[in-house]
Amino acid sequence: MSDFRTVLALRAEWTKARTVASTGWVVLAAVGVTVGVSAGVAAAVRCPSGGCAEDPARISLTGIYLGQAVIAVLAVQAVGGEYGTGMIRVTLAAMPRRTAVLAAKAAVVSVIAVAAGTVAVLASLLAGRLILPGNGIGPAHGYPAVSLGDGPVLRAAVGSVLYLALIGLLSLGVAAAVRDSAAAIGIVLGLLYLFPIVGAAVGNAQLDRHIQQIGPMTAGLAVQATTGLDRLPIGPWAGLGVLAAWAAAAMLAGGLLLSRRDA
Amino acid sequence: MTAGTVRTPRAAAPAGRGGFLAVVRAEWTKFRTVRGWVVGMVVAGLLVVGVGLLGHSECGGQAGPDAPVVTGGPSCTSPLGPGGEAVTDDYYLVHQPLGTDGSITVRVTSMTGSRLQPWSKAGIIVTASTAPGSAYAAMMVTAGHGVRMQWDYTQDTPGLAGTVGPASPRWLRLIRAGDTITGYDSADGTRWDRVGSATLAGLPSVAQAGLFAASPDYSNVTSQSIGGGSGSGGSTQATAAFDHVMAEGGPAGGRWAGTAVGGTGGTGGGGPGAPSPDGYRRSGGGYSVTGSGDIAPVTPQGAGSVAQPVIGTFAGLIAVIVVAAMFITAEYRRGLIRVTLAASPRRGRVLAAKALVLGTITFVVGLPAAWAAQLIGEPMERSRGIFIDPVSAPTELRILAGTAALLAVAAVLAVAVGALLRRGAAAVTAVIVVIVLPYFFAGPLAVLPPGAADWLLRVTPAAAFAIQQPYPAYPQVTSQYTPENGYYPLAPWAGLAVLCGWTALVLGLAAYRLRRRDA
Repeated sequence: MSDFRTVLALRAEWTKARTVASTGWVVLAAVGVTVGVSAGVAAAVRCPSGGCAEDPARISLTGIYLGQAVIAVLAVQAVGGEYGTGMIRVTLAAMPRRTAVLAAKAAVVSVIAVAAGTVAVLASLLAGRLILPGNGIGPAHGYPAVSLGDGPVLRAAVGSVLYLALIGLLSLGVAAAVRDSAAAIGIVLGLLYLFPIVGAAVGNAQLDRHIQQIGPMTAGLAVQATTGLDRLPIGPWAGLGVLAAWAAAAMLAGGLLLSRRDA
Repeated sequence: MTAGTVRTPRAAAPAGRGGFLAVVRAEWTKFRTVRGWVVGMVVAGLLVVGVGLLGHSECGGQAGPDAPVVTGGPSCTSPLGPGGEAVTDDYYLVHQPLGTDGSITVRVTSMTGSRLQPWSKAGIIVTASTAPGSAYAAMMVTAGHGVRMQWDYTQDTPGLAGTVGPASPRWLRLIRAGDTITGYDSADGTRWDRVGSATLAGLPSVAQAGLFAASPDYSNVTSQSIGGGSGSGGSTQATAAFDHVMAEGGPAGGRWAGTAVGGTGGTGGGGPGAPSPDGYRRSGGGYSVTGSGDIAPVTPQGAGSVAQPVIGTFAGLIAVIVVAAMFITAEYRRGLIRVTLAASPRRGRVLAAKALVLGTITFVVGLPAAWAAQLIGEPMERSRGIFIDPVSAPTELRILAGTAALLAVAAVLAVAVGALLRRGAAAVTAVIVVIVLPYFFAGPLAVLPPGAADWLLRVTPAAAFAIQQPYPAYPQVTSQYTPENGYYPLAPWAGLAVLCGWTALVLGLAAYRLRRRDA
């Protein structure tokens, strides 16, 4: 019985996501801006003489910094949109187990984020592989070609896709907690972008390092690094773990508030 | 808000302004009666103040016990130049007194040293005294920028190009006439060119003239990208060979004396491997002078800057953008926009009133917040021993009022984008992406080459952060002129103008769409 309800909740959420026109556009935008920014940065980076401390895989995946904002919008809308239109009351009347609703939303958001992320990451890596050698960052200059056969590059690629899924969950949790899309996206983007900006501005290398270790984006995207791992403020998987902790905390807060509060 | 309250003032003043004032009043009423928006604005103000207090650097250039010594870190103390700015004034000087009228002429035949920097310098100088921060004028050869005349730390004029060497010696001359020092250079000692002229107010009747050498600290940043960067640096040393030394206008039988100005010279400033400590030697008919340090303005980086306490602007900005976007998109969500437009059918006017109300509120919140951040933040920095490079009162005012203006214009931009997109989340994301993200890409992310990063900060709305730049970037001082250190490619007001331009454009577009589209 309970399994059946879960399946129903999943199907309902999937139908909602599938039949809203904006979902397709948002996924397209997420892939588009990720690949576009990645390719643009790859084209702008210069290392004419070789020997600069560049990380080809990481440069190829720079677009994630922007693409994540689109994924966050998608996830925030999944909850915020229902509060905006009053639809949430219908949803909760049809499915009184509120945590199941949130779990179903989380599953749908994760699937969409992984799908969009996989396409975006593969296309970004391909763009980097094609563009970077022309700018002095390629096999001819002692850098490895960007290839998924390379262990760290594969880790960066898989990690980036997981990163986007976790950003989706973080956004979903925040949106469930604050019940308003605009406020939720402001909080999420603030959490993502403010840590590195403030860290760089505090003028203290050690404090900056600590700030980067706890920031969801700065820690989470450590998973993209394929060179200079010893200089990272936090290890690749540990960093992704920090983001997972943020996402779990947000989902927990969102779930608790959703089940305790009037809709 | 009912139609009745709007109609009354309009009836009193039927034409033009009265109508607009009524709309403004209506929008103000909407704002102040929605608790979430008022709270949001208060939060924005608190974020501007609170995040600024996170600054936690300590003076001495070392960020932590096991961190590398970073050159250019906040200093504990600094002499002030004649213009009131903090200066570096460390060099080795071989000098004798100079009266109100006189001159000094030399030929420089070589400049060598350990880790010579492009702005390593040696030459002749007329200075008010050997105390750090004294007024001066100097003619010098540099390792990478040819002959220069520099005076009073901030001024710099080019002379002959090319590097000095035995095959291409450089003749330098300074002539003092009262308070005015004029510099000349020559490649052969017979044909002289005037390079520049400096008036040093209050130059004492007996000044010091002589030969000097200085070489600024170097710093290497191996990887400044986010996720790990390390810098290293250290002092360097320059040695210059002078001959044909001729000083006129001093007391009869003047003797040369050596002084390590600023006190750091003379201790082997060249670090390990330096051939000899700072000082001078007589050889044949000439002199060889060795020095390290610099005679230049300080270029503060982050901590030690008067703009450090307002780094909370970024956090406050995001809160302001959320409130501003919701101020219009909430009307679409609730359908209130149809009531608003029915009560006030001139739609452009509604948009203008919303922009005016929100921009004004943001400015009124932002200005005291920025001021409070500075009032609290500066004493906190000083209490940790950090020397804060002073700026003029107009500059300080520009940073504070500019911060408030930046927030206010960004709020208007968010209102316009909200009117255009009608969706809160989309509008908030769009505005944050165009203001905060370009700064992040050009600054802390540090993945773009400097040229591309500069363009991002010229053409995107993020250019507006230039309004917070407290100190000029000096071409004659090598430093890390990056956005996170408080240096931007555009002039302060030009940067804010870029944001204003974008805002005007989007506001115009939004007004056009608002009129053409059903609400």
